[in-house]
Amino acid sequence: MAFFLETLFGGLMAGMLYSLVALGFVLIFKASGVFNFAQGAMVLFAALAMARFSEWIPLWLDLDNKWIGNLLAFAVSTVLMFVLAWLIERLVLRHLVNQEGVTLLMATLGITYFIDGFGQTLFGSDIYKIDVGMPKDPMFVLEGLFDGGVMINQEDVIAAVVAAVLVAALSLFFQKTSTGRALRAVADDHQAAQSIGIPLNRIWVIVWCVAGITALVAGIIWGSKLGVQFSLTTVALRALPVIILGGLTSVPGAIIGGLIIGVGEKLSEVYLGPMVGGGIEIWFAYMLALVFLLFRPQGLFGEKIIDRV
Amino acid sequence: MTHTSNDCSTQTHATQHSQAQRIALTRSSKDTAMFYRENGQFKTSYQADQQIFPIDQDRWAIAAIVAFAAFVLPLMVDEYLFRAILIPFLILSLAALGVNILVGYCGQISLGSGAFMAVGAYMAYNTYIRIEGVPLIFAILLGGFFATLVGIAFGIPSLRVKGLYLAVATLAAQFFCDWAFLRVGWFTNNNASGSVSVSDLSVLGLSISTPVEKYWFCLGFLVVFGLLAKNLVRSAIGREWMAIRDMDVAAAVIGIRPMYAKLSAFAVSSFIVGVAGALWGFVHLGSWEPAAFSIDRSFQLLFMVIIGGMGSIMGSFFGAAFIVALPIFLNQFLPWAGDLVGVAISTAAVSHAEFMIFGALIVWFLIVEPHGLAKLWSIGKQKLRLWPFPH
Repeated sequence: MAFFLETLFGGLMAGMLYSLVALGFVLIFKASGVFNFAQGAMVLFAALAMARFSEWIPLWLDLDNKWIGNLLAFAVSTVLMFVLAWLIERLVLRHLVNQEGVTLLMATLGITYFIDGFGQTLFGSDIYKIDVGMPKDPMFVLEGLFDGGVMINQEDVIAAVVAAVLVAALSLFFQKTSTGRALRAVADDHQAAQSIGIPLNRIWVIVWCVAGITALVAGIIWGSKLGVQFSLTTVALRALPVIILGGLTSVPGAIIGGLIIGVGEKLSEVYLGPMVGGGIEIWFAYMLALVFLLFRPQGLFGEKIIDRV
Repeated sequence: MTHTSNDCSTQTHATQHSQAQRIALTRSSKDTAMFYRENGQFKTSYQADQQIFPIDQDRWAIAAIVAFAAFVLPLMVDEYLFRAILIPFLILSLAALGVNILVGYCGQISLGSGAFMAVGAYMAYNTYIRIEGVPLIFAILLGGFFATLVGIAFGIPSLRVKGLYLAVATLAAQFFCDWAFLRVGWFTNNNASGSVSVSDLSVLGLSISTPVEKYWFCLGFLVVFGLLAKNLVRSAIGREWMAIRDMDVAAAVIGIRPMYAKLSAFAVSSFIVGVAGALWGFVHLGSWEPAAFSIDRSFQLLFMVIIGGMGSIMGSFFGAAFIVALPIFLNQFLPWAGDLVGVAISTAAVSHAEFMIFGALIVWFLIVEPHGLAKLWSIGKQKLRLWPFPH
């Protein structure tokens, strides 16, 4: 039972991290109808920027304090993600307005390759560390209930809390600010939004900026957990089934979907894996999403797609 | 010209044709300045009208290219070129041809082509080693057949979902196959690393071991499948695919069965891709592991189709040539260019530059020329038709 709970917690935490990446997908899809394949590349780019700047800035400024260095690096990386978002809108999306979803998807594939190459040219391609002072030691809870307690990574808990805070902040931003209202209006109906004077191009830049920030946060958390390296881009591929499950347009869907996928992956790996040779977590999420697609194409919380054929 | 053809490609030819003719007539019919002339080739029978290549120049050009590739090229180039460029080019253009049928002609996006290649390669391998004395060509075709089955299975979601969702469904095929060939022992004859190898290939008693023999073998496959594909896309089923691609609701309304059209596109596409995968494993690599057919391969094939030209047979060749040649060119050119300005460029930098250039090119083509190199080619041809008179 303790083992089951450990697996469950592990899955929930992993799911929280998937949701962070999935959030970036959902935000952009909601506001611009672009299925942003480049989210994974953005996570890598942001993590690389954060890792290298937190190394470089103390050298440049002769700083001793790790916190100030990290904070400055975070600020610089944020600015960098904003510039990236602006460039993407300016150079790519603006020219592809009104194109089909598939064309836009392929364009973001191109962006993915470009950012991958660009980020590694700029920041190098070794494995880097991000040290934002996350505790590495595992902790034990529920020791009264089970013998030896249930082991949980403190790192995972902090990551989950950060993700939760980010989601809360995003929902506040979406619900309570006027920019957020404009974003929701654009998501609802591009034409109607434009006709009442909401500038579409600016909204898209804003939304890509927000996605850039979620990429940065996801990059920092994943990066401090696994190290910043090229394989971080595969995180995006792991997050794809999450949004299929949760619905492409739903923020809560991204969270719930992430949790389901995270738990499903871990449990299936532990309990089903040995039966078929292990390593099934890579495709299990996809199969889950595929089965879901067949019966409920809009996902758990997505808007119903009324579209025969 | 009395064309009563029901073939769209012939019709476009016919219009270009009559246009060029009209221009020629308004000037001087004896004008010889235009060396690339297609006018004056009248068709007097339906048979003549419905040829694959209705224009003499095209027919001769194709025949000349095939003859050149088959007989002259082997005398001119060395083994390295065969191994590094020509054989990969032939096999990948075959694969790109298959992907183009699905993505370019039927409009169903696929990010799992690498998986279908893997199915072709591994099933051909299993046929080859498990059945005593099975002919090589039969094994390869059987690999394609199994790829067809898998393709249809993963194409079923396309009946319910499209576009972005379908991309995810095909990704599922990719990850599932990666896993299956790595972990399920039967596929790899219980080799722990998932790596398999074949040797001593021969067809009808002729051994296939030197690069030139391999090259001829692949060329044979490519020519046969190229003609097959060219014929398919101008037949009834090809037009159904294009109708589904252009507007699926309208296609359904005029009586095209979406299920039949989509699944047949998946089937034909994955058959060709599977055969290409079997060739890639058997002929090009010799021994391979699942990583040879990873998701990067899928993206590479998709890029070939986008850069070469979606919905164009010729585009598949252009795209494959471009993507095979570009990294080799960059590997030579960038260090040389770096030397000129006094900067040492490492191999890592070259591979990053390759990523950036591919990415930028994809975006550039999607924005500026969505029909790819094939469209640029036909623009060039059109210019040549009118040259030296611009109007």
